[in-house]
Amino acid sequence: MTNIIATEHGVSRRMALKVLAVMSASGHAQAEPGILSLQRPDAKATDSMTDPNLRSPTAPWPRTLSEQALQTLSVLCDLILPADDTSPSASTLGCHEFIDEWVSAPYPDQMRDNELILDGLVWLDKEAQRRFKQCAFTALEVPQQHEICGDICAEEADTTHLQLGTDFFAKVRNLTAAAYWTTQEGMDDLGYIGNVPLSKWTLPPKEVLAHLKLTTSDIP
Amino acid sequence: MSEYDVIVVGSGAAGGMSAYVLTCAGVKVLMLEAGRDYDPVTETPMFEQNKDAPLRGAGTPDKPFGYYDATVDGGWQVPGEPYSSDDGVDFLWWRSRMLGGRTNHWGRISLRMGEYDFKPYSRDGLGADWPLDYADLAPYYDKTEALVGIYGSNEGLENTPNSSPGVLLAPPAARADELLTRKYCKDLGIPVIPIHRAVLSEKQDYKRWPQLLHPNNPLGQRVTREIMQARAACFWATPCGRGCSIGANFQSPTVLIPPALATGNLTIRTNAMVYEVVTNKEGNAEGVNFIDKLTGKQETVTARAVVLAASGCETARIMLNSKSTQFPDGIANSSGLVGKYIMDTIGTGVLGQIPMLEHTPAHNTHGASGMHNYMPWWLYKEQAKGQLDFARGYHIEFGGGRRAPGAGSFANLERLNGGNYGAQFKEDCRRYYGSFIGYSGRGEMIPNEDCYCTIDPEQKDKWGIPTLKFFWKWSDHELNQTRHMQHTFKDIIESMGGNVLSEIHDNGADAIKKPGEIIHEVGGARMGSDPQQSVLNEFCQSWDVPNLFVTDGAAFVSNADKNPTLSILALAWRSSDYLIAELLRRNL
Repeated sequence: MTNIIATEHGVSRRMALKVLAVMSASGHAQAEPGILSLQRPDAKATDSMTDPNLRSPTAPWPRTLSEQALQTLSVLCDLILPADDTSPSASTLGCHEFIDEWVSAPYPDQMRDNELILDGLVWLDKEAQRRFKQCAFTALEVPQQHEICGDICAEEADTTHLQLGTDFFAKVRNLTAAAYWTTQEGMDDLGYIGNVPLSKWTLPPKEVLAHLKLTTSDIP
Repeated sequence: MSEYDVIVVGSGAAGGMSAYVLTCAGVKVLMLEAGRDYDPVTETPMFEQNKDAPLRGAGTPDKPFGYYDATVDGGWQVPGEPYSSDDGVDFLWWRSRMLGGRTNHWGRISLRMGEYDFKPYSRDGLGADWPLDYADLAPYYDKTEALVGIYGSNEGLENTPNSSPGVLLAPPAARADELLTRKYCKDLGIPVIPIHRAVLSEKQDYKRWPQLLHPNNPLGQRVTREIMQARAACFWATPCGRGCSIGANFQSPTVLIPPALATGNLTIRTNAMVYEVVTNKEGNAEGVNFIDKLTGKQETVTARAVVLAASGCETARIMLNSKSTQFPDGIANSSGLVGKYIMDTIGTGVLGQIPMLEHTPAHNTHGASGMHNYMPWWLYKEQAKGQLDFARGYHIEFGGGRRAPGAGSFANLERLNGGNYGAQFKEDCRRYYGSFIGYSGRGEMIPNEDCYCTIDPEQKDKWGIPTLKFFWKWSDHELNQTRHMQHTFKDIIESMGGNVLSEIHDNGADAIKKPGEIIHEVGGARMGSDPQQSVLNEFCQSWDVPNLFVTDGAAFVSNADKNPTLSILALAWRSSDYLIAELLRRNL
């Protein structure tokens, strides 16, 4: 039964042991080992973009954002998702670097986002200049940064002048959230529980049923 | 004399099942697969996480259903293998180029067609009837379900058939969002019941089934017992769409191909791109021509019979490209119906945010990855009374829960909170996590003369093989049904006190998914009882070329709202039994 979890890459030895323990506990491992293999030992990915090796994922494209752009995004990411008692700030978790990975990708959606992010970064620095006579958003005092962000965080832009800034901010917010909550720290903060093998599947816990006001008559 | 009795073109649901049944009976089979070899055991990214994938696993043109989706070299486009659509048509054709084809990534939803679904024309005068009844296929549904392993329950609802006692595996307990939906759908009169999916919720009974599936056939019994022993039951983790390295769900390379190989009667050639069926002077199929994609060389293989199972449209392409003096319009096309009456499933979706689900205590909602519950079509009586402005039904698929966060999990929260950032935004992410439920309709399209494919005179693929061009037109039945879906989903969400996040369209044309987008494209070589009105008989055998069979979705006459794969498997088994009998009778 050991051949069912490939341990050579990707899955940790800890996870492999956990899987085997669960399968053994639930009677799965009673099958005689190796009686009929599901394996096709000669098959492997061609490592092209449409057939990457899914067990050792990589983003093969070069990153394109400048150091300055990354600095600005790092500040913005932390304004969007700051540290608190539960979890760290967005830049600590590399959210700005994820935005670099995203906008550097060779796909139409990401190329459109790249344009928006680059234009938005220019807009942001110009806005810093216009409002506070500073050369860059990163040179502003924190309350000044909040003043600008407060004006461009709404769903709809208040004025035509704020349109680009608003679109840009929404994009950065979406990408920051995408990066943040997919990290281990983000998942832990949300209370995501999963991606672990279980020996049996049961109804939701009592406190969940109570939270949803589901009673015995609601359960088949 | 060829060393093979039968050539099977394709290795997915139809090809896998044909090969399994034939080889168990001692028939020597050569399977030709256009894609590469594939190892579900070492290649499947079981526990890999979004944080480790490019773009956090988001879909791209290279990997449209996300980085970890099992599909190899495919999706909406296969590199170097284009297709085209008529002006104003945007047909989407999902293909994969790998052993097992699309069975590696599919949703595993396995619903039987019911009695009504085989006789749609007799019921409402639209479309065409199948040349067989539900009763003809029911034993094959039982056998298929027992072999591949389907969880679910028997509810005895109208046109929603029960399986024979003991066939189904235990349905997994409902999740929170499923229980909540069920509670509120009760008042709306919409039944929410366990769905049938091809996932082993428990270990198969490998002592009982082999004898029942292959009476008096020790070889068939042995390999079937062995595959049932080798597959593990679901451990309630990892997404089915990535495939399953422990064989807990159905995919051809973990369920059908290993036992077929274990008979010693199956030979597999991968990277073998079949482009035509070769015929002899008598008009019988002699074999096929294919291109070895690794060498670029053309090869010919011969056998007593040919089974096309390349996926509906690819099969139509091979048939239309198989031109000869006897078959100037393509092989087995005296009816002129090859490529005609293609159908997809009607699809549309609405997303809801359910305040009741906010701050639900943390718990595991993964289950069997796909749905545990669904809603079968429930308005047969209203339809019979003429109270609806569309003729056929749909079922509802839905899902929510505290899933593994992905690239899009927190997109566009500004639609709920008006747009903010900082501590409040962080708190909102926590609040809204797991509070969304998406409802999708999957409905029956009625076949029509305007939905078909032909060979594009202006395009060839990189192997020099002429490609397909698609034509499409929805009728009012499809568009009106789409509108009905939209409003039903809105009603469900609002009954739960939820926020409807999708725009609700009164014009179905604005909400219906593109043709092909549901990836249920069937038809193109339909079966029937009249050789002038169909390409195949009820056993998937060509009327014109008796040793040519089509066991994939091309044979479909109608496309009930029931997802087609289970029916493809059952029809392929039935066709293969007939093929074996014909070989034994020396008729082929």
